[in-house]
Amino acid sequence: MADPALVFDNLTLGYDRHPAVHHLAGTIRHGALLAIVGPNGGGKSTLLKAIAGRLSPLGGSIVHGTRTLAYMPQIGDLSRDFPVSVLDLALTGLCSREGMFGGFSRKQREDALNAIAAVGLAGFETRSIRTLSGGQLQRLLFARMMLQDAELILLDEPFTAIDTRTIEDLMVIVHRWHEEGRTVVAVLHDLDLVRQHFPETLMLARDPLGWGPTAEILTPQRLADARRMAEAFDRNAAECHRAA
Amino acid sequence: MVYDLLIAPFVEFPFMKRALVGGIAISLGAAPIGVFLMLRRMSLIGDAMAHAILPGAAIGFLIGGLTIGTMTLGGLIAGLGVALASGVVARSTLVKEDMALAAFYLISLALGVTLISASRNNIDVLALLFGSILALDDATLLLIVSAASLTLAALALGYRGILMECLDPGFAAGVSRFGSIFHLGFLVLVVLNLVAGFHALGTLLVVGIMMLPAGTARLWSDDVAGMIGIAIPVALVSNLAGLMVSYHLGLASGPAIILVAGGLYALSLALAPHGLLRPLLPKRHLEA
Repeated sequence: MADPALVFDNLTLGYDRHPAVHHLAGTIRHGALLAIVGPNGGGKSTLLKAIAGRLSPLGGSIVHGTRTLAYMPQIGDLSRDFPVSVLDLALTGLCSREGMFGGFSRKQREDALNAIAAVGLAGFETRSIRTLSGGQLQRLLFARMMLQDAELILLDEPFTAIDTRTIEDLMVIVHRWHEEGRTVVAVLHDLDLVRQHFPETLMLARDPLGWGPTAEILTPQRLADARRMAEAFDRNAAECHRAA
Repeated sequence: MVYDLLIAPFVEFPFMKRALVGGIAISLGAAPIGVFLMLRRMSLIGDAMAHAILPGAAIGFLIGGLTIGTMTLGGLIAGLGVALASGVVARSTLVKEDMALAAFYLISLALGVTLISASRNNIDVLALLFGSILALDDATLLLIVSAASLTLAALALGYRGILMECLDPGFAAGVSRFGSIFHLGFLVLVVLNLVAGFHALGTLLVVGIMMLPAGTARLWSDDVAGMIGIAIPVALVSNLAGLMVSYHLGLASGPAIILVAGGLYALSLALAPHGLLRPLLPKRHLEA
């Protein structure tokens, strides 16, 4: 672990001084396939947001060992009724490398068409995104992510309200990313899916409850602990003086 | 007959010729800007910005009199100030863009009106509000044409960035450090076009030539490039037809132009593929 993809150093994240992630320490190695599980309000999305650089820590730090990252938020800013075609939306994934100016080569268009086919949307290329179902749109967002070609991939509940067949198809893409040596961090609620596909798990209920091989983390005892977390912030909470 | 009706006014009267050139230039710049504003769901922002510009132009008038230089500069400073300040507030506080803009333009408007009434100078507010397209001098025409050229060049260069910033702002910010630059740059273009256009159509009506062709285009096309391709000719036709109507019927020209644009919008609302009447002519649905 000489050169980890991410290092969390005594990381505390939160809102209005209240912690949502409390004193998290650890490293994610290059090429890891890590699931983050835990109750609602446990700080999972907050952690991804901070890794993506959209939120500054209340304390501690995040050190990046990768140069590029792609982030799929749980609720994105995408305006779904925008008049844009499936192909054009996928092509925006190339902008992280190619910038906002200049045309795309024939090869890059080819790559985009291949990505669209890989997520099972062949034949949808010229369709307006307005006409896509939730699952189809999620497939398209995966295609856009493929084209981003990032070393670190952050997925925040990518399979919520998605049917089994689509999840299976998209997990193939996740495994492909893993085989390509990319680091994948996914927030998930489906524990069977986590057991089946993710070698490592971080359980987060504000405080980190466990981090390691999935089978050792998803134990009945820990799951019960996670359910006991008090979601609401304590308005009279004292200042935290826990040592680093 | 056709010559008398359509061509003679523009040949015989230099002020009509100037009005036509000014109108064409305004259409070329403002119509595509309107399309982007509409796609960003900022259709009413133009109106707010126009109110923000008014006091700036009025203060410029108080300082330099009825000269294009100070009035334009005043309008630009007021408009850009409001656009940038509200952009910063929207991005760094919980106040969203519409509220941020509303706050700044209302302050700007009240400040402007206060300054004007305190000076006791007899300013022609009607000319500021509704413009004087029949009285464009060389300097004003130059300003309008330059603004339109700059707008078209900037839109061509920043097309992808502005579109991505409309489509998925979070994603655009993630993949490019220029994310918010595109947004702010676009707001600058909005202000520039409003300031250039207000000499001809006034601060209030200039928003009409920006937004009505865009709304019309949306009814005919479901494609951004297509919308721009429709909005520009609609704006051009509105200008030409509006000037002719005002000439032959002796009506105020600015409002006549906007009324023609409004008429084209109403017509499209009825007839266009994405309009009101199309669902009343049902076709059988397809197999799959």
